[in-house]
Amino acid sequence: HQSSTGREERRFAEVPRESIKLMAESTGVELSEEVAALLAEDVCYRLREATQNSSQFMRHAKRRKLSVEDFNRALRWSNTETVCGYGAQDALPFRPLKEGELFFVEDREINLVELALATNIPKGCAETMVRVHVSYLDGKGNLEPQGTVPTAVQSLSEDLLKYYQQITRAILGEDPHLMKVKSVSHDLDQLNRLLHMVKSLVQNPYLYLGSYVRSLVSSVMYCILEPLAASINPLNDHWTLRDYAALLLSHIFWTHGDLVSGLYHQILLSLQKVLSDPVRPLCSHYGAVVGLHALGWKAVERVLYPHLPAYWANLQAVLDDYSVSNAQVKADGHKVYGAILVAVERCLKMKALSLTLAAEGSSAGLPGTTTGAVGFRENSPGLSPPPEPLSEPPLGIASHLQAGGAGCQWEEWTPVSLPAMYCELYSFFGDSLAVRFSTDPPLGGAPPPGPCQPLEGRKEPASSAPNLENTRKMPQLTASMNISPRQDGSPRMEPQPPSLAATVPGRSLSRSSSSSSVSRSRSSSSRPGRSTSQSRDIFPKSRFPLPQAGPPAFSFIIGGRQMGRRCQGRRFQTSFTPTPPLTTLPPRAYAHKLPVIGRVSKPVRRWTCSHYSLHLPL
Amino acid sequence: MTPLLSAPGKMAAVQDGPMELDTEKETKPEILSDGTSKLSGNAASGTLSSSPLTAGGAPKQEDQQTLIAVLQFLRRNKLSESVEILRREAGLEDQEDSQTLDGSGGGKGDRDGGEANSLLSRVSITSAAAPQSTLTPITVKRANEQLDVSVVLSAYSQQGDPSLYQVYYSGLKNFIESVLDCHRAELSQLFYPLFVHMYLELVYNNHENEAKAFFEKFGGDQECYYQDDLRVLCGLTKKEHLKGNEVLLDFRTSRFVLRISRDSYQLLKRHLQERHNNQIWNIIQEHLYIDIFDGMPRSKSQIDSMSGSFAGEARREVNKVKVFHGLLKEPEIEVPLDDEEDEAENEEGKPKKKKTKKDSMGSKSKKQDPNAPQQNRIPLPELKDSDKLDKIMYMKESTKRIRLGPENLPSICFYSFLNAYQGLTAVDFTDDSSLLAGGFADSTVRIWSVTPKKLRKVKSAGELNLIDKESDDVLERIMDEKTASESKILCGHSGPVYSVSFSPDRNYLLSSSEDGTVRLWSLQTFTCLVGYKGHNYPVWDTHFSPFGYYFVSGGHDRVARLWATDHYQPLRIFAGHLADVTCTRFHPNSNYVATGSTDRTIRLWDVLNGNCVRIFTGHKGPVHSLAFSPNGKFLASGSTDGRVLLWDIGHGLMIGELKGHTDTIYALKFSRDGEILASGSMDNTVRLWDSTKAFDDVETDDFTAATGHIHLPDNSQELLLGTYHSKSTPVTHLHFTRRNLLLAAGGYSSQ
Repeated sequence: HQSSTGREERRFAEVPRESIKLMAESTGVELSEEVAALLAEDVCYRLREATQNSSQFMRHAKRRKLSVEDFNRALRWSNTETVCGYGAQDALPFRPLKEGELFFVEDREINLVELALATNIPKGCAETMVRVHVSYLDGKGNLEPQGTVPTAVQSLSEDLLKYYQQITRAILGEDPHLMKVKSVSHDLDQLNRLLHMVKSLVQNPYLYLGSYVRSLVSSVMYCILEPLAASINPLNDHWTLRDYAALLLSHIFWTHGDLVSGLYHQILLSLQKVLSDPVRPLCSHYGAVVGLHALGWKAVERVLYPHLPAYWANLQAVLDDYSVSNAQVKADGHKVYGAILVAVERCLKMKALSLTLAAEGSSAGLPGTTTGAVGFRENSPGLSPPPEPLSEPPLGIASHLQAGGAGCQWEEWTPVSLPAMYCELYSFFGDSLAVRFSTDPPLGGAPPPGPCQPLEGRKEPASSAPNLENTRKMPQLTASMNISPRQDGSPRMEPQPPSLAATVPGRSLSRSSSSSSVSRSRSSSSRPGRSTSQSRDIFPKSRFPLPQAGPPAFSFIIGGRQMGRRCQGRRFQTSFTPTPPLTTLPPRAYAHKLPVIGRVSKPVRRWTCSHYSLHLPL
Repeated sequence: MTPLLSAPGKMAAVQDGPMELDTEKETKPEILSDGTSKLSGNAASGTLSSSPLTAGGAPKQEDQQTLIAVLQFLRRNKLSESVEILRREAGLEDQEDSQTLDGSGGGKGDRDGGEANSLLSRVSITSAAAPQSTLTPITVKRANEQLDVSVVLSAYSQQGDPSLYQVYYSGLKNFIESVLDCHRAELSQLFYPLFVHMYLELVYNNHENEAKAFFEKFGGDQECYYQDDLRVLCGLTKKEHLKGNEVLLDFRTSRFVLRISRDSYQLLKRHLQERHNNQIWNIIQEHLYIDIFDGMPRSKSQIDSMSGSFAGEARREVNKVKVFHGLLKEPEIEVPLDDEEDEAENEEGKPKKKKTKKDSMGSKSKKQDPNAPQQNRIPLPELKDSDKLDKIMYMKESTKRIRLGPENLPSICFYSFLNAYQGLTAVDFTDDSSLLAGGFADSTVRIWSVTPKKLRKVKSAGELNLIDKESDDVLERIMDEKTASESKILCGHSGPVYSVSFSPDRNYLLSSSEDGTVRLWSLQTFTCLVGYKGHNYPVWDTHFSPFGYYFVSGGHDRVARLWATDHYQPLRIFAGHLADVTCTRFHPNSNYVATGSTDRTIRLWDVLNGNCVRIFTGHKGPVHSLAFSPNGKFLASGSTDGRVLLWDIGHGLMIGELKGHTDTIYALKFSRDGEILASGSMDNTVRLWDSTKAFDDVETDDFTAATGHIHLPDNSQELLLGTYHSKSTPVTHLHFTRRNLLLAAGGYSSQ
């Protein structure tokens, strides 16, 4: 076709006479300048006329979009030949040809034989049908949202209001109940959608949430903690919702924690309140544990750990009750148990890790870094995803809290020594805890030259034996990656405390990062110079040595929700499967398998509906 | 039963006696010829067509010029007979002209009425028309067209200095801007028509550059609701293009009507005479019709509410004709009171008995309704037994009807068409809400049963022979169980189906399509019975009469046609709209037909004589939906501008404006008792309006009725009872069940 050039300010397309001449030449007719000009003008006029006529066909077909068909009808009724071949739905590329100043529509050649014999014929479209539903009973279906918005949103600025309307329309259909979680608490789907929306809100780098973080957090907290209406029905999978909400909470916190001062403090307080309230149903407790877990090991250590003795008694009572009427509650109890176990385990490991690192860091000549967490933070400067469970950014806030927040409970909290903690926890969990730690020494101690095993199709590609410990942590890692697939340059990852960064010498950086954050370095797959052997060398150093020796290799699954219900007693958490063969892939190839992490692709979807905190796949 | 494709002008020919202007109604250009003649006076309009487009006091010379042109044309086509008649009639009409200025005047109307009656009594007229229709070869059309155009264009023969046009116009503009406020609003009405005519004059006289400059300079000043027309106008810069452009042809052939108070008019006249501004004065004289009234000049808002139509406001006198808007007397049916109900609920049964009696009393009292037409004004089909049964059912149902009101809103059921990839274009429900029909852009019509009862075909002829015709359940036996299904597809059209309409007895379905035909389908056999050909252009809408038998259709050829199901040619052609007829509706008493058009007017036509009895202006966009109130007094109309306007038919006045929708309104419906008006739109909402309040608030004092100057209260927000959102489904159709449950329908669109 011809180019439509807008010379001055034009309300319509014009066909220049050059195009007319060109077209005439292409058919072998020589046109004089005059004729071409006249013709051009006439063609423009006819085109406009046809366009105007075609809009009628669109209007009567009750459409908003003018179709090629409409235009052809207009042409046909004005006794003009229709233009064929433009009815396809996909857009036609309109390309310029530099040399000739020519514009043309790319016309692909189609092999008719292939087309005719094609086997991938689309399945017939679904049958047209009519569905009826009572939309509004006595005109009272939606008295509230009639043109108005809930009060929570009325104070928004105009732009935000528009944004809000777009979002609500996209997510809740035409039912704007945003930020009113309670109104939809009966509907898990709705809640799920809501949470996803909150996630995308949080992720949106162009949106400054400001004080709205607080309301977002309260919505999310509601999902984590409240005994939802849906929880009554055991078939409803509200656990996943809580898991996801917890993840989201931590994510909001990691990214926007600095926007609202005292947020961390508040969250911890409310979680603690729930946990210490025995009247609350188990699902609320579960939520609290998961929430703490998601907030990081420090939170677990500070809140959950001191509470454990008191709480344990309650839980124990539930779990030991074998009556039939209690079955449901007991299943819930197992859930809580599992959650606590996972939380505590990681807490211990992290603590251990941080201690080792701290020691390492100071030995490497870092006098400034005394606490493990800080030392640890240094180790991750080059890594793009900060919300790695090991690193502990909230510490900044937490310490700020500790400094400024008056009367909070953990102000007088004094770190418990690691062995003491372990001993105490062991008294609660017994073998099940020990077993989780026992897996490491034999594997780490003997660098395994096992057969190579390709890892495609795994959620967690990092299931190589030497990194088993890290592998276990993968779920947390992956999960937090899921909710924060951010690019480099996202504002949150810059704020490395400059003083700390400055104190990091290059050597210690490379060493410690390769040693302590193997799992993280996996996510940054294109790391040069990293080799498995290297990491193996260093790995043992960071290992928490435990006396228990377990089977040489196994994968460990804590009963998820379905399993939890089925198994009896506390034995459910010891199910063993043979270990997958160890990989000997060269690091590069290995790294190639990894980019799944951090990408929102298929695994994410699976992930969000699986049980991140309880199911530890290998 | 498909009729032969014969010249569709036949009917009109007979209607107007031997003086048939041959091909006229067949194609659009010929309708234009009507316009021309009408412009020139009654001579033509009385004889050319049944359309009573208001004729006016056109100067005599022009009148005669046109007559001569027509005579020439007739002679050239060897229609000597017609020439004779025209001559005779012209002489006659000249006299009549002096008597009655308005075109739809007395004697002629009577004559029309007489003819119409004979027509409606189903006298076969085909034989009479046949010989004449053979006289109309296709070639005539072309000649006719050209002649018309030249006649019309000759209107622009006089020309001034093209470079001075801008001076003229800005001179007038300055003058109008300097006059007193009260006059300014009125005189500002002149801007748009003057602007267009001056521009066209420039274009016609080949002053392309001056025309462009003129447009550039003053195009932006015009009222926003004329933007659509201006867009057409600005593309037009060549004389050659003028010929083919029907929109502008209409603009020039029909005189733009302005209503101006005498004071303002005097002011204008004085100014123009002082300045010797002949150019503008000539245009005003020749192309505008200034309707002068005595009294206070109107305010800007008053003017704005009435303007916006393609050819200005309606003249006052057109809306003065008496319209019998009352309802017909209900046929007296012995309502056998439900024995079961009487027995089962003795206590309730008794009051019900009284109620039904009251109802029948009520219908009797309607007989005395001074506004009701004579019962046999329009011959109506006799009631069959099945119809009577249905009526009884209807009465029973209506006793159970919910009384709606602002406190008692209807429940809404939404029928969503899913997977309608082919594009849903039209929907209709049967009156008893048992069937649902959808018209689709892929030229199919689909019918669904809304009740659990499946759709069954009648058995084939051979099988029917085997049936025992004496058996009690013969009606059941004739149905073929094998064909039972929830939905049926009717194929036959060759273009998108733009409207569907069920017959009141649920035996037939009408569909109109882009292919120019209206088809009648049987719902017993699910086959096409008749294809009514006559429009020759896309038919946008069709609607069954509330008593069945008649139906009306309107389309791209700018005319609405009245048909009877057993005639393959139209009984009436309602011509007068200046653009496509987009929607058509029957008045509840079946004596009138309302049509909405792209020219942004609504016209009400008398079925008896084909006269246009009301012209309603005020819409700012094409009218896409119409609804009569159940009592027949009021009309609601919705357009692309998202506004619903309410009209008082008896007084011919606009009485309300309902603002709220943000997109085209495709569906309008009054509740069964008329208390609630529901409107459905492309903006995916259904809105309910308090129509009782809207109608009660209107004070139609004599002064308003006499002058037509209305004060619209801006009370849309008070009248809006509710906005109901669908889930991304534009509302295509609305229907109140007999118990006042609101059914809405539309095709789900995934974008």
